[in-house]
Amino acid sequence: MSCCTAETAYDVAMAGSRRAHEELLLASRVIGNGLRETSLAVPTIHCGGCMQKIEQALVVLPEVEHARVNLSTKRVTVRWHGDVPPQIIETLSQIGYEAHLYDTSLDGKDLVLARLIRALAVAGFAASNIMLLSVSIWSGATDEMRNLFHWLSALIALPALVYSGSIFFNSAWRALRVGRANMDVPISIGVLLAFGMSLYETIVHGPHAYFDAATALVFFLLIGRTLDYVMRARARTAVMGLARFVPRSALVLHSDGAQIFVPVNAINPGMRMLLAAGERVPVDARVVAGRSEIDCSLVSGESVPQAVTAGSQLRAGTLNLTSPLTIQATATAENSFLADMIRMMEAAEAGHSAYRRIADRAARLYAPMVHATALLTFICWMIANGDAHRAITIAIAVLIITCPCALGLAVPMVHVVAARRLFENGMMLKDGGALERLAEIDTVIFDKTGTLTLGQAQLVNVDAIEPTSLALASTIAAHSRHPYSLAIAAAGRNRAAAPIVLSGVTEISGSGLESHVDGKIYRLGQPDWALANEPTAHRASASVVLSQDGHCLAAFRFRDHMRAKAPEAISDLKRMGCAIEVLSGDHEDRVRELAKTLDLAHSARVSPREKTARIAAMAASGHKVLMVGDGLNDAPALVAAHASMAPASAADVGRNVADLVFLRDSLTAVPAAIMIARRARRLVHENLTLAVIYNLIAVPIAALGLVTPLLAAVAMSLSSLVVVANAQRLLVRGKQEQPSAIPAFSQVG
Amino acid sequence: MISISYLIPISLLLGAAGLAAFLWSLKSGQYEDLDGAAERILFDDDSPVRRDDDSRNKA
Repeated sequence: MSCCTAETAYDVAMAGSRRAHEELLLASRVIGNGLRETSLAVPTIHCGGCMQKIEQALVVLPEVEHARVNLSTKRVTVRWHGDVPPQIIETLSQIGYEAHLYDTSLDGKDLVLARLIRALAVAGFAASNIMLLSVSIWSGATDEMRNLFHWLSALIALPALVYSGSIFFNSAWRALRVGRANMDVPISIGVLLAFGMSLYETIVHGPHAYFDAATALVFFLLIGRTLDYVMRARARTAVMGLARFVPRSALVLHSDGAQIFVPVNAINPGMRMLLAAGERVPVDARVVAGRSEIDCSLVSGESVPQAVTAGSQLRAGTLNLTSPLTIQATATAENSFLADMIRMMEAAEAGHSAYRRIADRAARLYAPMVHATALLTFICWMIANGDAHRAITIAIAVLIITCPCALGLAVPMVHVVAARRLFENGMMLKDGGALERLAEIDTVIFDKTGTLTLGQAQLVNVDAIEPTSLALASTIAAHSRHPYSLAIAAAGRNRAAAPIVLSGVTEISGSGLESHVDGKIYRLGQPDWALANEPTAHRASASVVLSQDGHCLAAFRFRDHMRAKAPEAISDLKRMGCAIEVLSGDHEDRVRELAKTLDLAHSARVSPREKTARIAAMAASGHKVLMVGDGLNDAPALVAAHASMAPASAADVGRNVADLVFLRDSLTAVPAAIMIARRARRLVHENLTLAVIYNLIAVPIAALGLVTPLLAAVAMSLSSLVVVANAQRLLVRGKQEQPSAIPAFSQVG
Repeated sequence: MISISYLIPISLLLGAAGLAAFLWSLKSGQYEDLDGAAERILFDDDSPVRRDDDSRNKA
């Protein structure tokens, strides 16, 4: 038996490195000339020294042609030739960097951003040059000179508007075609009419041309649009950078003894697979041989590892902790637990009424009103003096002056500043709409394992344990990656006891660790197994004991470590008027204990379906629910909720659907996010009010025919500056109004 | 009036040259790793003149 296990362990180790090769090959892309390119995420790169070290270590590998580190995205791009991938991951781990593959299909150059920046550059060039020509016209250029300058302006404005303005024109056209109106419709109409009228004025040698207004408008609005896009793109890459190494293949055992890598999608029920310690279960399966412990915390919310033996059922996504297993698939990837969750998420998405962003709602009111005003102005002037040219000119001036320059910047500016505030506090915002929804929250639902707690066991009674026993226990525990062993090893390291040399430690799966020192047998593990020589009654009620020849030396008790500042976060949320509840898939007593400490309502053993149903019921009764959760089992609930947050440690699926991802351990991220969102909402409302006031003043002036191009340029720039400055108040005032807990945690970053 | 006929084209050309330079730098990927570029200027990795390559890298 022992020989057999050793062989399996060897096979698994080999399989590990073979798997790494297969995955590297799968994730590389061919770039021609026999070269392949592979990108790896290396999260621990942090300075120029790291860059140099990594590049030098990789370039000396024979297959590698070129290696380049990107410090901003913390990635390494390696170009190599041949069919066998170079030992990139191994080389990096030898010099102390952990590298992960990530899905390159999501990557590639950001074409939209490049287009926006190019458009911005062209619009900026045109706007500044036309403005210079306009200044000389305003300062009294004579007839001939004015015509020359008008023609020059038209020449610069035309290509710039075609290139940069098409972003707005396309979007407006798409909206109009499906019978909707968005903010781009009045923008496009304003810009096009301003240009058309100015061109006419230029041809007939008229005094007023609005080329500067048209290009400046496009330039200002593109700034807002680009900032908005950069904010979302940054959150997306940051979240993607966290993506963990999820197996895309599994090591399948054939009946003739051959071991072949098969992509997860090609696994059929009945196939046997080898699952090494530290790997996640690829599809729903049953254990055929081996004993181990399984960490289900991401899948079901249970915080304590489950022991499994032959015959146990495994859900896809659970993590094998202690020793290799042979498993048999019971479902295909499409029918596994993960796929179930994704189907439920889609159902929740469909049942969710689409949220309309404030800017879109404003645009729906704004566009008809502006156009009606312009039309009314035209009709009034026609009646008043019957001069069609004068009436059209004034009506277009109304459109130009009301063109929602301030309005177009009012909302994105606040969102960008809010996203920056959130980022400084370790939070990633998906988009501006999420911020608006977050501001409306009145109920917060927490998951327990991994959200209220860190999902890591922590030694509770460390002070009651003798230092020598603790040192011995932590030395033994260092040989295992069971959560309890990790906790004991961590506690021992903190005490810095004298090191003990052990001759050999064996792990007996499901029981514990055993070591022989000077003829004595030390066991660290389950009381029933370690304390074989003591009467049953004396056996400690602890989860883990350390024994010498069957006699108890020390007993260890554990608790799931609560997330930092959880009580403060909860009391902040209560002060902000939110109802709070815990919905967990874990056992009743563990949930009750935590809920009691935090003084919260709770429900235990809640299935993913029940979580979603619960949130739907709350939404139906008019509550706006924020779901905070991390597990696969929370993912449908995250989608169903009005707004959602997930910690960075969450399952990939959950992290991808959550509106906000918080990167730090502290739970104060939740009240901080809601507060920033509420303040942002107030600023958005203020900005919209400012835009309305501006229009109330500007429209009568324009309707009376008193607007000149100079006045339009000043009014437009001034109103934009006002809303941009107002948005900055989120940064200034925020520093004084933080809840009690935040200052300490904003120091970190 | 004569001066304007060449000053305006010159100013526009200079502006266009700036724009073209920006678009080129964008296209050639110079904004893709701003933090890295700041560090790379400190690297002393020109091709070695002498053979004591190793000691230079360690320094």
